Amino acid sequence: MSVFDGLKFRKVSSPIHNLDPRVKFVYVICIFVAAILFRDILPMIVLFVMQLPFVFLARVQRQWLRSLRGAAFLASFIFIINIVTTYFTKSYTLPVADVENAFAMTMRFVVLVESFSVFFLTTSPDHLGLALETSRVPYEFAFAFTTAVRFVPVLAEEAQTIMDAQKARGLELEKGGLMKRIRNYIPILIPLIVSAIRRSLELAEAMESRAWGACKKRTNLFALKLHRGDYVLIALTMMVLVGAIYTYLFLSIPTIASLIGVA
Amino acid sequence: MIEAENVHYSYPSKVEALKGISLTIKDGEFVAIMGQNGAGKSTFVKHFNGLLKPSVGTVKIDGVETTKSSVAALARNVGFVFQNPDHQLFSETVEEEISFALKNFGFEQKVIEDRVTWALNLLSLTQYRKTSPFLLSGGERKRVALASVLAWDPNTLILDEPTIGQDHEQKEKLRQFIMQLQTQKKTVVAVTHDVEFVAECNPRVVLMKEGKVVADGVGREILTDPAMLEMSSIVLPQVAQVFTKLSALGLPKDIIDLYEAKALLLKTKERLAR
Repeated sequence: MSVFDGLKFRKVSSPIHNLDPRVKFVYVICIFVAAILFRDILPMIVLFVMQLPFVFLARVQRQWLRSLRGAAFLASFIFIINIVTTYFTKSYTLPVADVENAFAMTMRFVVLVESFSVFFLTTSPDHLGLALETSRVPYEFAFAFTTAVRFVPVLAEEAQTIMDAQKARGLELEKGGLMKRIRNYIPILIPLIVSAIRRSLELAEAMESRAWGACKKRTNLFALKLHRGDYVLIALTMMVLVGAIYTYLFLSIPTIASLIGVA
Repeated sequence: MIEAENVHYSYPSKVEALKGISLTIKDGEFVAIMGQNGAGKSTFVKHFNGLLKPSVGTVKIDGVETTKSSVAALARNVGFVFQNPDHQLFSETVEEEISFALKNFGFEQKVIEDRVTWALNLLSLTQYRKTSPFLLSGGERKRVALASVLAWDPNTLILDEPTIGQDHEQKEKLRQFIMQLQTQKKTVVAVTHDVEFVAECNPRVVLMKEGKVVADGVGREILTDPAMLEMSSIVLPQVAQVFTKLSALGLPKDIIDLYEAKALLLKTKERLAR
């Protein structure tokens, strides 16, 4: 569950938290595009290091590290698969360039996890909903989205309680063969789903009784407005994008091996 | 016997919920654990069947440390009824729901049937034997949850907020049922906010506040101590409130039992008439 912990928003005030969610999202997408564009390790390292100031400015180092630790398993999986496939396809040799390539693929995944982690750690569900709304997503969908995000921790807590309740009735989750183990989860999943449905019906009633959707045209208490920091981030985003495309088209990227003279 | 010694517990979020609790509950005792929200009551009782293990200190059930045993093994002797029945109901019929734990504990089919019939009868649920638990009312679901635990006849019963959503008649039945368990020398631990219910049962009361035990004694003493109760956001039982107001008449303050109160008042009435 540590991956999800690394994505959970906590309300604090920092220059990064106060940035406009739309601009932040565009920035993350831009990093995403740059990470997909390159296949070499050097740009990946640059992209990785570029996120660090955001992490420290937002003071979310601990949660951010936790999300990386959560991603470590998949990252090592990617690395091993890359190494193993090269080993077998390159007639049982491991060229330095291919090891570097495996590293690059792993780093690409890490960069993606890292940037999305920073985005979700520093953007409140409310802001996210607001951003969706101002991007002309119908309010119903924006509301459903933010509600879903908001209820994830609630459901996780409920799942824990249900597990406790069933363990107290002698359920042993880790007992039996594979099929038995899967079946062991039925007493957990059914109450979880039933209570989620019950909760959503209750929420719907509560919303109706508070006149949800009474008037077509809604106004918001907080309006999203671009501040100086947002313009700085927009400029940075443009620079990253232009820099990435320029490098991709016109520059040749040296490998680490050639830089230190191994190959 | 439940022995807790210097129990500390911190949640993974680093919140310290229990700050050094030492408490012994003897076999056959009826203990009500009271205190404001977030005092650590539920966290504490979850140590009794090993759902939580102390960060510091020890919890022993019948002399065995909970860290040395699995929840399933401990649960065989310590039944735990959760506050919200919807967190455990999942079967197609009430009958299956009640037999779930019995199957987990490996009872024989014949015994399971007998126990289910017994438990259904005990909580007046017999007519719902083949009904889906999800179609029952809140109070009935709560009784199904209770029946599903009572069915395996544990020596110790832990009830988390047993009176929530129950009408007076069901509460009275619950009280009688707990008394009946007492005669069988079963241990009952109830976590509750329901001060009237506790006053009617008059058990040993353990008052918790901010992860510590602040008072431990007979209900009659603790439930009539306004300063102590206010500290834990609990109001006096109504009978005790009346007797506190009437202390000018020379009446004792430590009365929580309705019948005792009536006798005393009638006696005072006679005295005043003379």
